[in-house]
Amino acid sequence: MATTNSRSLARLMLFPSVLLLLAWMIVPLCMTLYFSFLDYNLLTPGNDEFIGFVNYEFFLTDPAFIESFFNTLLLVTGVLFITLVGGIGLAVLLDQAIWGRNYVRIMVLAPFFVMPTVSALVWKNMLMNPVNGLFAHFATWIGVDPIDFFAQMPLFSIIIIVSWQWLPFAALILLTAIQSLDREQLEAADLDGAGPISKFLYIVLPHLSRAITAVILIETIFLLSIFAEILVTTSGGPGYASTNITYLIYTQSLLQFDVGGGSAGGIVAVILANIVSIFLMRLIGKNLEG
Amino acid sequence: MGSITLKQVTKSFGKVNVIKPIDLEIKDGEFIVFVGPSGCGKSTLLRMIAGLEDTTSGTIEIDGKDATDTPPSKRGLAMVFQSYALYPHMSVRNNIAFPLKQAKMSPEEIETKIANAAKILNLDTYLDRKPGQLSGGQRQRVAIGRAIVRQPSAFLFDEPLSNLDASLRVNMRLEISELHKSLATTMVYVTHDQVEAMTMADRIAVFNAGIIEQVGTPLELYNKPVNQFVAGFIGSPKMNFMNVKSADNNPTATIGVRPEHLVISKDSGMWHGTVGVIEHLGSETFLHVHIESGDTLTVRADGNCDIQYGDKVYLNASPDKVLHFDANGLTLPLEAALKTA
Amino acid sequence: MAINKSNKSKFIYTILAWGISGLIFFPILWTILTSFKTEAEAISASPSLLMFDWTLENYRDVLARSPYFDHFWNSVVISLGSSLLGLLIAIPAAWSMAFVQNKRTKNLLMWMLSTKMLPPVGVLIPIYMLFRDFDLLDTKIGLVIVMTLINLPIMVWMLYTYFREIPNEILEASRMDGANIIDEIFHVLLPIALPGIASTLLLNVILAWNEAFWSLILTAANAAPLTAFIASYSSPEGLFYAKLSAASAMAIVPILILGWFSQKQLVRGLSFGAVK
Repeated sequence: MATTNSRSLARLMLFPSVLLLLAWMIVPLCMTLYFSFLDYNLLTPGNDEFIGFVNYEFFLTDPAFIESFFNTLLLVTGVLFITLVGGIGLAVLLDQAIWGRNYVRIMVLAPFFVMPTVSALVWKNMLMNPVNGLFAHFATWIGVDPIDFFAQMPLFSIIIIVSWQWLPFAALILLTAIQSLDREQLEAADLDGAGPISKFLYIVLPHLSRAITAVILIETIFLLSIFAEILVTTSGGPGYASTNITYLIYTQSLLQFDVGGGSAGGIVAVILANIVSIFLMRLIGKNLEG
Repeated sequence: MGSITLKQVTKSFGKVNVIKPIDLEIKDGEFIVFVGPSGCGKSTLLRMIAGLEDTTSGTIEIDGKDATDTPPSKRGLAMVFQSYALYPHMSVRNNIAFPLKQAKMSPEEIETKIANAAKILNLDTYLDRKPGQLSGGQRQRVAIGRAIVRQPSAFLFDEPLSNLDASLRVNMRLEISELHKSLATTMVYVTHDQVEAMTMADRIAVFNAGIIEQVGTPLELYNKPVNQFVAGFIGSPKMNFMNVKSADNNPTATIGVRPEHLVISKDSGMWHGTVGVIEHLGSETFLHVHIESGDTLTVRADGNCDIQYGDKVYLNASPDKVLHFDANGLTLPLEAALKTA
Repeated sequence: MAINKSNKSKFIYTILAWGISGLIFFPILWTILTSFKTEAEAISASPSLLMFDWTLENYRDVLARSPYFDHFWNSVVISLGSSLLGLLIAIPAAWSMAFVQNKRTKNLLMWMLSTKMLPPVGVLIPIYMLFRDFDLLDTKIGLVIVMTLINLPIMVWMLYTYFREIPNEILEASRMDGANIIDEIFHVLLPIALPGIASTLLLNVILAWNEAFWSLILTAANAAPLTAFIASYSSPEGLFYAKLSAASAMAIVPILILGWFSQKQLVRGLSFGAVK
């Protein structure tokens, strides 16, 4: 619905964004693709010859890749599960009539604003430290052995930290969505004899589907590239127990200076992310654009 | 001056032809109403006149000059939108001043014009409020005020009253008609409400599926509709249509009688049937009569009509009040129709 | 009777809500409290919530050890600079997509968002090398460029959802009133969309402020924002809880306050218009 005039203007105004994003995506990606076929190590410069798919072979058959692949999967789905279930629970709770709801909101929202490096450091040292951490003190106080979180359950500990960061986001989006629910629908359900559980299952939950989609989409975008939390807490260890793909590629390229291998890993990561994103885009294509 | 001439104007979105070639001459100072069911192209044509939509082919002339490719801001027309389209962040005063500022008028001149418009439309007390603080009727007045201050060569109205409640709509209808009389500027008014069309228009253009079915004064359309569509669209309640068994020497496929031309009789008449729902409006009564052919006819009767639900009645109509349509829905001349009947 | 019952449930819900939200907030509260303790008290096996000797010594130490204000300034420049630059590029694009729609608009939006799905590690090496070759490593301008690009899709999408709520008729009215495109955008669109633009700006300032991947990789001493500054506490200084807490508090409190003030607008922006 517009005129030729405004259409050409629109193209002009879209141009900078499209061009920048295209450049941001295509140029480095092509370079990564190119490097991934080279035997290119920063420690041995001048020796970068074409070696075909060797880098891919090494990367894909590396047990570290398999492990970090499943770690990535576990990290994303684990955090999504915790934040969605917790978020829905919190949203339903905060939707009730309570005293001081604004203060509660402020407290719940706070972790979202904490930078990843800070939250990782605080959890690692002050809460989860096996000697001086608060959890250890608490364990001693009730008379059990303190857990050495990052040695015994490194990935789970990171899932906990990341979930803490993203729970506020999920809870607040879902709370806002619940509050937009037409109260007359619930009253109609009351008259139809629906109990609290069927009201939740048949009215509240379907109403939340759009918001849940949005939460899954946005969280996945950020969770796929979790980095700082791992760097600061476990550095991927012990072994590769808490290494995700992002962190694996980081160690390979910038710590071992293996540009070729890191690039091959980067391309693999891009392909995996594309599979996820095709799936997600379908989901939101249907759900987000009403 | 404000004459608008459309020559073979068309509009298509992709392969869909929304406006099929239309020729129309709108005379200076005229109040013309585009009326038709939703999706008939009337709003699109108005927006093409405004310049908000491209014209696919044909030309639009404003005051004799080709304006087909002129951007909306340069056409010298003013438009009142269905949603009023007031600038929510500006006070009423600034809303009205906006077109004047765009025209680079001096502040004193703007002040005088605003005062003038405010007086005409009774807006004095609201000038410093924001649109959000006004009622629907007040917003409508501001939108009209914004349109009149710049003294456009023509006003375009896009269903301006459809968001108002019924009683307010009647008031605003009168006000707009009054405004037209005092300004004597061309007005093109789009509506789907045939009552608005009948009461306000100098001339009405009836739209259907991208073409103009008929252009004429309200009474011309009422008395001499060119086809079944116009006959059914103009008049309230709607004209009754009955199918006629085809015969070789009789081109009439359908006959139409307006509810106000049906007369009730207890003992004899052209149609016999049972009275269904009765709507008492006080001043008049509408009866829905199920006749033997299976059709339901609406009958307009006297306000104090004592017929009951379920009564058997006969209905009559004077032959010169019955319209005859051929198989294509075109109106047959009365004499010809009566002769063959 | 009914009032009594509803008050009782309100009481229970209130206790529950305060309890849970208290737990969620606790790590932040604990950090801030610890930042005022002495190191000995900070690791005490029987920690006290409020009954300790309050001290500002940790803050003094943190400020003496490293140029906190330089990092703070870096964070401000990078997050604000990239958000403003982003707005400048995103507003015209969002205008186009919201008001001059065609069949490709939706695909274009999806594509833009999909660039967000591209894992940063996929382009890590080239970006690192390009930055090295163009002398952008460890510069604020380099980080501003990266932040602008990674947040551009989010900005376009957020602005698009806000613009979509503005009726096209208002913009058409301004055209009928004789406004050209510049007047239309500056006098009509932007003032109406101001709340949406403000929340887009805010959310992106927060995202850029907290961004850690590129900040850690592309900066060193000169341009390091607070995320990178804090990471330097990872070990062994991390064992000095009180100082770590003081540094952490200084890194998060500015953005925490900003976030609290703008939480209402943020929630809508965060969900890309999925909730209103």
